[in-house]
Amino acid sequence: MIPPRFEYYAPASIDEAVKVLDRFGGEAKVLAGGQSLLPVMKLRLAEPKALVDLNRIPELAFIREDDKHLRIGAMTRTNDLLDSQLLKERYPIFQDAAFDIADPIVRNMGTVGGNVSHGDPANDLPACMLALEALYLVKGPKSSRTIPAKEFYQDTFVTVLEPNEILVEIHVPKARAREGAAYVKLEKRVGDFPMVGVAARLALDAAGTVEHAGLGLTAVGPTALKAVEAEKHLVGKKADEAAFEKAAERAEAIALPTSDLRGPADYKKSMVRVLARRALRLARDRAGGGA
Amino acid sequence: MALAEARIGEEEMGPFSRVHVTINGKAYDAEVETRTLLVHFIRETVGLTGTHIGCDTTNCGACTVLLEGKPVKSCTILAVQVDGRSIQTVEGLESGGKLHPIQEAFIEEHGLQCGFCTPGMMMTSVALLEKNPHPTEAQIRRAISGNLCRCTGYVNIVKAVEHAAKTMSAPSGGGKA
Repeated sequence: MIPPRFEYYAPASIDEAVKVLDRFGGEAKVLAGGQSLLPVMKLRLAEPKALVDLNRIPELAFIREDDKHLRIGAMTRTNDLLDSQLLKERYPIFQDAAFDIADPIVRNMGTVGGNVSHGDPANDLPACMLALEALYLVKGPKSSRTIPAKEFYQDTFVTVLEPNEILVEIHVPKARAREGAAYVKLEKRVGDFPMVGVAARLALDAAGTVEHAGLGLTAVGPTALKAVEAEKHLVGKKADEAAFEKAAERAEAIALPTSDLRGPADYKKSMVRVLARRALRLARDRAGGGA
Repeated sequence: MALAEARIGEEEMGPFSRVHVTINGKAYDAEVETRTLLVHFIRETVGLTGTHIGCDTTNCGACTVLLEGKPVKSCTILAVQVDGRSIQTVEGLESGGKLHPIQEAFIEEHGLQCGFCTPGMMMTSVALLEKNPHPTEAQIRRAISGNLCRCTGYVNIVKAVEHAAKTMSAPSGGGKA
């Protein structure tokens, strides 16, 4: 299958890329890793007039930490998440998630920015970003803005990103002492979409009480979901099995999976509870909270 | 109806792009339709048919080539995206009439049955061994998890990669990628 015709632009800067997007007024698409966009173009599910390729803007690929944030450039490849020593040591949730995204070859092209901005509820990173309270730095023709991940997703493949805006960077609040995060998912085979995925983040105080909790769900709704009631339940509680069980029930309560070849809806719903417990345990262990 | 056909043909030709690319150390320069996929550029424009088209949907990995040393699925990259870059295909493994140790190993361990997945399997394996010269069986299986062998000959494929790892790290040297 060959994609439909398009005009191709490979700008050397973000400003130039935004200008081209703006000129096409919604008829151009950003080409990042292309591992979702090119397949849908081949199937004629998308027929953009133009592609704006970000692969010639090397400054969009980085992973670093500053005073306040972990900062990930939008063109960071999925495999770079796995190779990053910083993430291995301080943000292992990204290793959990990247380890099972697509397959090892696709991960050499697929990007973090593409994964979070595509708006696919089955992508793994949006749930992680929701749990981590990440901010998306977006550039448009006139200005930049910062969008919290929890305000970004509107519906399946629909985000608040304007057609002339580009996601350039992701800011994750810097991990504190006694904070841990994890991502757990069920997948039938390499390269398939997940049946269910759950991301959890816990920040504990010295006594092991939850100061802050984040919980994000993959593939069980029209978008990645933030389990707000579950988060609220955890705050102020001891990070123990009883609290996790109640939180997991609340996470399950907001899940709206559909039955498909990967499994029936009620099974997926139950798995939200199971995976939420597992993710919370792992996050607590990583936070140094013990059992 | 030749005229009408010609008109339809013209209509269907898209914008064109010039692509300069180094494949297996040799420079190529061609003007192709912008929408040309890398795998078609390699097979049809350049004429290197060792890279196979399997599923054409980023699943099977038969079209795997190395882009700046990293395996990628060439059915899901545009030729124009590799303008100015360097590609290695299965034809680039052999040098001076001598097979690459990974090729020798696939022969030695019977790492192929129908052979369709083999070029992709070998490119992925070469990249793995470059990054990790002594992979465990689990690491090998994981590395090739994006390459499907529909003959299901994985046992011998894994043996072949292990075999190549040994010969490539032997002191006398089985050669280098």
